[in-house]
Amino acid sequence: MMKSAPLISFVILALMGLMLDQFLNPYLQRTMALVLVNIILAMSLNLVNGYTGQFSLGHAGFMAIGAYTSAYLSTHWVAPAAIVPHLLFFIFYSLVSGCFAAIAGWLVGQPSLRLKGDYLAIVTLGFGEIIRVIILNSSALGGARGYFGIPGPSPISFGGLALNAFYSFYLVAILWVLTCFFVIYRTISSTHGRAFMSIREDEIAADSLGIHTTRVKVKSFVLSSFFAGVAGSLFSHCMNFIAPSTFSMLMSINVVIMVVLGGMGSMTGPILAAVIISVLPEALRPLQELTGQDYRMVIYSLILIVLMLVRPQGLLGHKEIWNFWRKTRVE
Amino acid sequence: MSNNKLLEIKEISIQFGGLKAVDRFSMDLESGELAGLIGPNGAGKTTVFNLLTGVYSPQTGSIDLEGQPIHRKKTFEISRLGIARTFQNIRLFKDLSVLDNILLGQHHRTQYGIWQVVLQTPGFQREEAQKKEEALELLKIFNLEKKQSAPAGALPYGEQRKLEILRALATKPKLLLLDEPAAGMNHSETTGLMEIISMIRERFNLTILLIEHDMKFVMKICEKIHVLDHGVKIAEGIPSYIQNHAEVIKAYLGTDEELH
Repeated sequence: MMKSAPLISFVILALMGLMLDQFLNPYLQRTMALVLVNIILAMSLNLVNGYTGQFSLGHAGFMAIGAYTSAYLSTHWVAPAAIVPHLLFFIFYSLVSGCFAAIAGWLVGQPSLRLKGDYLAIVTLGFGEIIRVIILNSSALGGARGYFGIPGPSPISFGGLALNAFYSFYLVAILWVLTCFFVIYRTISSTHGRAFMSIREDEIAADSLGIHTTRVKVKSFVLSSFFAGVAGSLFSHCMNFIAPSTFSMLMSINVVIMVVLGGMGSMTGPILAAVIISVLPEALRPLQELTGQDYRMVIYSLILIVLMLVRPQGLLGHKEIWNFWRKTRVE
Repeated sequence: MSNNKLLEIKEISIQFGGLKAVDRFSMDLESGELAGLIGPNGAGKTTVFNLLTGVYSPQTGSIDLEGQPIHRKKTFEISRLGIARTFQNIRLFKDLSVLDNILLGQHHRTQYGIWQVVLQTPGFQREEAQKKEEALELLKIFNLEKKQSAPAGALPYGEQRKLEILRALATKPKLLLLDEPAAGMNHSETTGLMEIISMIRERFNLTILLIEHDMKFVMKICEKIHVLDHGVKIAEGIPSYIQNHAEVIKAYLGTDEELH
């Protein structure tokens, strides 16, 4: 992999964003923003559930920690915009949010990653609920009413071109999407990533080779919760309002669906699934107007069931999207 | 010679429920020795391996590796101290490539951190290239270098066994434990395996302890044989001595009395 690939892809995506900023209506832009947040969530959970083979159901909890950290920071510690560029502050907020979530990930991971399979799933599920209930009962974070008035990045202008606030958010978001992608992609093709996968394949064998399996699992878990926290931070700045009910078990399950649907242990599979799952409910909206009744969730669930029956290994399985391209080119 | 003791097992026992799987088992391994551990099915041979590698810890007794007690250590620590093993029912990382399997054997000797990977520093690239080269060197021993990118699970059975041995070697062990290395191999493969075991022992300066049911194989290759029956050691000695040992024959074939 080229060393400059992250920079090149950032430039390309940033230029594409200029078009999105000018030609998409605000509704589609908001959907697009959520797609980016979901991509980070799916990629990071895939690290634990797909590559390391540990079933975590607490992703919404880490996301909540990130979201509330960022919300609190951005409302209580406002940037002196004159000195430091506004955008840098949002990057800083998400970085701090990620770190908080990573610390939580470490604390949860230390004891619980000694557990296996179903037990781990239940512990992480419990953790997610604990976080939600704590937030629900703390007045400083708005309690059940939610947290209002979270600022988003303000619009920037680019030469003569006046851009929307969406573009500022978009820049921060793709910065993190690419960071998440390249960190995970590079890690899995190094000894650290191989250690993650060895645990998925056979933990006893990994142990017998001198791999400190608990520490490796915690490492994967911490990295995953860091990016979940970042995604939470982006989510709060995109929605401008967050409430504990957003980060319920359903949110965690939704991310698990993205990973399973996309293919556990594929880099691009969960990204594809994240796009599909975020866009599908919106794309089915016209149907609601047509029939007068909300059949969206029925159809959405049906599509999921059919997909899992047809491709139980997920859309891409263990493969990457470019593996399919190459194959068709050869044939 | 007695100062050359690599492994010293003193009176170890382990009990599962009411079953004494291993009962006051003692054994010494000289450095450079090639020893066999035999016994009828269910005699506790694999349990001894699991005790040696920290999968179980013995309820009594002690295990010393180079004079250092290891029986309270965890599996990965024991592996780092120099005991590597293969498994009776092959435990390869089936979805990972042949090369990756070997590289994982080198995992704990790999220095670079995640940050170096993320930034693709020259240090990381140098070390990764060097580790890959080492892994390929190992693969060449069994002519597996051409299959380096195939998933390990796609290899034929015999090659999977060989790969597992190589993966164990990649940890740079002092003591190699082989659990039925010849299982499922035909006659010519077994002969080949014998040569290979002698060769790697020379080349890597190894001490080897192996469990095997193929008596011809054991008698031919091992310098010393320990016999287990119902968790108790019933005999120890050179192959010719074991072959004519009354109690060993009894353990394998039973006695007249039992037939009545």
